[in-house]
Amino acid sequence: MDPKADNALDHPLVVVNLGLKGFAESLERQGVEVVQVDWIPPAGGDAEMQELLDELL
Amino acid sequence: MATGYVVRPNRYFDSVFLMGVNQRLARVEGVRQTAVLMASEQNKRLLSEIGVDGADIRAADADDLVVAVVAEDPAIVSSVLAGLDEALTTAMSVTATSDLHTLEDGLRAKPSANMALLTIPGGFVYPEARKALEAGLDLFVFSSNVPVEDERRLKELARDRHRLVMGPDCGTSIVNGVGLGFANAVRRGTIGAIGPSGTGLQEFTCLVHHAGLGISHAIGTGSHDLSDEVGGITSLMALDKLEADPRTEVIAIIAKPAGPATRARLVERLEACGKPVVACVLGSTAPGSAGGKIVWAKTIDAAAEAAVRLRGNRETPAATKPLPALPSTAQIRATWTPSQKNMRGLFAGGTLCYQSQQILREAGMVVHSNAPLDPADLLGPYEVSRGHTLIDMGDEFHTLGRLHPMIDGSLRRQRIVAESVDPSVGILLLDFILGRNASPSPVGDVLDAVVEGQRARSKSDGRLTVIASICGTEDDPQDLKQQEDLLRQAGVLVFHSNARATSFCLELLSGDEGGGDGPEGG
Repeated sequence: MDPKADNALDHPLVVVNLGLKGFAESLERQGVEVVQVDWIPPAGGDAEMQELLDELL
Repeated sequence: MATGYVVRPNRYFDSVFLMGVNQRLARVEGVRQTAVLMASEQNKRLLSEIGVDGADIRAADADDLVVAVVAEDPAIVSSVLAGLDEALTTAMSVTATSDLHTLEDGLRAKPSANMALLTIPGGFVYPEARKALEAGLDLFVFSSNVPVEDERRLKELARDRHRLVMGPDCGTSIVNGVGLGFANAVRRGTIGAIGPSGTGLQEFTCLVHHAGLGISHAIGTGSHDLSDEVGGITSLMALDKLEADPRTEVIAIIAKPAGPATRARLVERLEACGKPVVACVLGSTAPGSAGGKIVWAKTIDAAAEAAVRLRGNRETPAATKPLPALPSTAQIRATWTPSQKNMRGLFAGGTLCYQSQQILREAGMVVHSNAPLDPADLLGPYEVSRGHTLIDMGDEFHTLGRLHPMIDGSLRRQRIVAESVDPSVGILLLDFILGRNASPSPVGDVLDAVVEGQRARSKSDGRLTVIASICGTEDDPQDLKQQEDLLRQAGVLVFHSNARATSFCLELLSGDEGGGDGPEGG
């Protein structure tokens, strides 16, 4: 791999937080740009079916 | 005993919200147990174990809410379940909600995002993480219970796309000075760290901080990264990154045991690293690279000390400084009865539990545990402690349907009292891990149980010696000094490193007067 490939180690973090809101708040307190997503499971809550759909689409 | 439940289809809530509702319902008098859970397969098994089962629970999915109540009287069960909607509404009213519900929503709102942080149930991680990688994001995956095959596939994709996947089951990282997960507030500096062990990384970074140095990046890899199934993909990528990072001058890896093939690959890579390297791989026998350039450390504090020395700093970490005069082991043992021969350890940090077992076993002690180094020493989930027993309170059994003991100390409180009143016990060893997103007062959560346990002992049973390691800094949200003071006021002997605390236990149990180092005074 190319260790110089850009990633978050090289730039200020900009975060999408999926799940527990406290984690986004902790980042905000550190001055990090963050957007909170109150994540909900895909319809039916069936992870395998969702994965199949994602593969197909 | 009466039992009842309701299923609310398509009502998904996160675990912290559910805990809040659970606590609200459990306060009702006469209630023995409540469970407020999403109906994942794992949670359905848990419900069945506490005697709650039914066709509609079996048919429910992971986005269906189940609320179960066990109480002394059927009228109480009915009353609690009837009040459920009010409890839900109250909890929702204090929780500001976002209109964004999917990764795609988040990316539309923040097109410049370069990292996704996931705390969603493990069974749902793969599709969301894959989408994030395909959108060019790095990942921090706190979620546990992600199938290892999913982890391998995600990390292979990440490697192809030059992205980092920290996790799954990743408790801590520090990236560009930003603490993720439970990370402690440590200063920035020139020592880089990598590790599948969250609490191991926390202790390492705190000890570097106490020594006056700082951390460039600390990259958590997830607890399974060094298994042969995953092959250390993130650890090796992180090593590439830290080697190329101009800020990083010394690299340390803090790990629990690795798969044999992965360990060999990792050692080969570490030997080829262009920067000084410290390696602490707990559970390993003597490293097979004598004469190589890697500095091997047997314990986490020894790794911190080695990294600081490699950096050319004369200061040694606080954990190894000479300590103020304190009661000698003889003075402490004089407060014990002859039957006080055992120690018990109750840990929030899995790696710390592991390291303590390693130190005690190397001294020839047999140590029972729910997470034993030797399967022969396994203590089953419903078994009471025997002999020397160290319990990882963050294991799957103890955290099923509950928050991790670093966030919620309630389960540890109960066990502290139970262990304290056992007349065969001389030492109770505890760990306290401060940091972002951890409990606002890890010590305060359990201190009354420590005091109650000591008081509940019969005087003829001798005095219980309580020893603690505390991991944190003065800049953590919990305030290290205040937490230490609470412990000391309760007569607890406090160390900054788990290895030092455990070695002191060993000296006490063996009656060894040597050393002269005591716990750290305030």
